[in-house]
Amino acid sequence: MPQPFCHAFVIMNETPLVRIRDLHYARGSHVIFAGVDIDIRRGTVTAIMGPSGTGKTTLLRLIGGQLRPDRGSIEVDGQPVHRLRGKALYALRKRMGMLFQNGALLTDMDVYDNIAFPLREHTALPESLIRTLVLMKLEAVGLRGARHLMPSQLSGGMARRVALARAIALDPMMVMYDEPFTGQDPISMGVLVRLIRTLNDALDLTSVVVSHDIKETRAIADYIYLLSEGKVVAQGTSEELEQSDSAWARQFLHGEPDGPVPFHYPAPAYAEDLLAGEEAA
Amino acid sequence: MTEALRQLGLVGLGFFQRLGRAHLLLLAILAGVPPLFLRFSLVVRQLYSVGVLSLLIILVSGLFVGMVLGLQGYNTLVDFGAEESLGVVVALSLVRELGPVVTALLFAGRAGSALTAEIGLMKATEQLSAMEMMAVDPIRRVLAPRFLAGFLAMPLLAAIFSAVGVIGGWFVGVGLLGVDDGAYWSQMQAKVDLYDDIWNGVVKSIVFGAVVTWIAIFEGYDAVPTSEGVSRATTRTVVHSALAVLGLDFVLTALMFGD
Repeated sequence: MPQPFCHAFVIMNETPLVRIRDLHYARGSHVIFAGVDIDIRRGTVTAIMGPSGTGKTTLLRLIGGQLRPDRGSIEVDGQPVHRLRGKALYALRKRMGMLFQNGALLTDMDVYDNIAFPLREHTALPESLIRTLVLMKLEAVGLRGARHLMPSQLSGGMARRVALARAIALDPMMVMYDEPFTGQDPISMGVLVRLIRTLNDALDLTSVVVSHDIKETRAIADYIYLLSEGKVVAQGTSEELEQSDSAWARQFLHGEPDGPVPFHYPAPAYAEDLLAGEEAA
Repeated sequence: MTEALRQLGLVGLGFFQRLGRAHLLLLAILAGVPPLFLRFSLVVRQLYSVGVLSLLIILVSGLFVGMVLGLQGYNTLVDFGAEESLGVVVALSLVRELGPVVTALLFAGRAGSALTAEIGLMKATEQLSAMEMMAVDPIRRVLAPRFLAGFLAMPLLAAIFSAVGVIGGWFVGVGLLGVDDGAYWSQMQAKVDLYDDIWNGVVKSIVFGAVVTWIAIFEGYDAVPTSEGVSRATTRTVVHSALAVLGLDFVLTALMFGD
C-alpha cells in the first residue's frame, strides 16, 4: 500500500525546487536576462557563475521575489514567485534563507539578537527555546563564543558565518548565497566552503551559490550554470564544463583575458581614434 | 527653448514622482502604526533615540531663546512702562511661535538627519533587503516605529522648549533686570489662553513633528544606496524640513489666529 506515497515522493523529489523559464529582465535599456531557463534540483548545491555584471545577484532577487521579471516565470516549490504578493510571498520567504554579500547583519543588535530576530518575528517560542535554537545555529557555524559581539566587532568572514546562521534560523528549504567568498582570506574561504556543503547535506537544504570564485565554487557545486550576456552560455557538472567545447566556459574557467568576453570595451578602431586628433576627444 | 522646456518637464515629472512615492510610503507607514500598540517596546526604543537624545539641544536652546526674549522684550516694554507684561510677551512668543517652530527646526537637524542617515545606511548595507528576505516588512518593523516616535516626541520637546524658555525669560527679566516676580507670573496666567495659545501651539508641533519625521524617513528610504546618496539625502532632509516647517507655520498661523 505505501507504493503511491513512495511514487509521489520520488516525483516530488525529481521536480526542481526552483524552475525558471524564459526569464526576461531589463533595467531601462540595459537587458540583463534575455530568455534564461534554469532548474535547481532539490538537495543540491547549484552554482550560478559568470563575469561581473551579468546579473547573478539580480537572479537571486528575482527568485526571492524582490524583483519582478518583465517576462517568463519563476517557480519556487511549485509557487509562482513572479505572481505572489503580500502575505503569500512572505510565507514563501520564511522557507527561503539568503546570505547577502556583506552579511547585511542588523547593526543595532549583537550576534545573538541577529540570529534570534527571525525567530522572534515569526514564532511565539519562549525565550528559553529561542536561546537553545540560537546557540545550536551558532555552534553549527563555529561562533557560539561570539554571541555577545556587535556586528562592527566581527571580521568579514565571521559576519558571513553569523549571517549564515541567521539564514538557517527558521530551518528553510533553500539558502541562496550571494558572492559568499568575495574578499575572504584563505582560511575564512575554506571555512565557508566547508560550511555551505556541510549544512546543505546535514540539513537537507537546497543551495544556490552565486559566485565568480571558480575554484571554491567548483569544489562544492553539484551543478553549474554559466551566465553571460543575459543567457545561460554553458551548464553541467564541474567535470562536464571542463570538457565543454564552449568558448565561454573555457574563457571563464581558465580566466583567459580575451575571448567571447572581450578585453577591450567597444570603441572605434585604434588607429582611427589616434589620428582623429584632440577635437574628437 | 525646446530643450529648456524639456528639462523643465523632466524636473517637474521627477518632483511629482517623488511626491507620489512619498505619499505611498506615508500610507504604508500609517497602515503599520496600529499594530505597534501591541509591540510598543519598538516605539519606546525610538522615542529614546529621537526624543531623549534630542533633549540637551532643546533644553539649552530653549533657555537661551527665553533669555533673549526676556532681554529684548524688557528693552522694548520699559519704554512704555509696561515691563510687568514681560511674562506675557515671553510666554506668548514661545507657546504660539518659537516653541513649535524652533523645536521643529532643531528636531530636523538633530533627529531628522539621524533618521535619514540611519535608514539610508540600512538600505545601503542591504539590511532592509535582508529583512524583506526574512519575511519581515521593513516599513512596519523599521519605519513605522520611527514615524510614531517622531510624531509623539515633537510636541513633548516643544512643550519642554517653551517651559524652559519661560524660565530663561524669568531669569533675565526678574532675576537680572528687576521685573516684579508676581507680575511676571500672574500676567502670564491671566493672558495666556489654554485653547487659543497653548493648544494651537501643540497642534502646530504635532503637525511639524509628523511632517519632519515623514520627510526624514522618506529621504532615507528613497536615498541612493551609496555614501554620496545618503549624504545628499541627509542634506535634503534638513533643507526640506526647514522649508516645510516655515511654510506650514504661516498657513497654520493664518488658520488659527487670522480673523
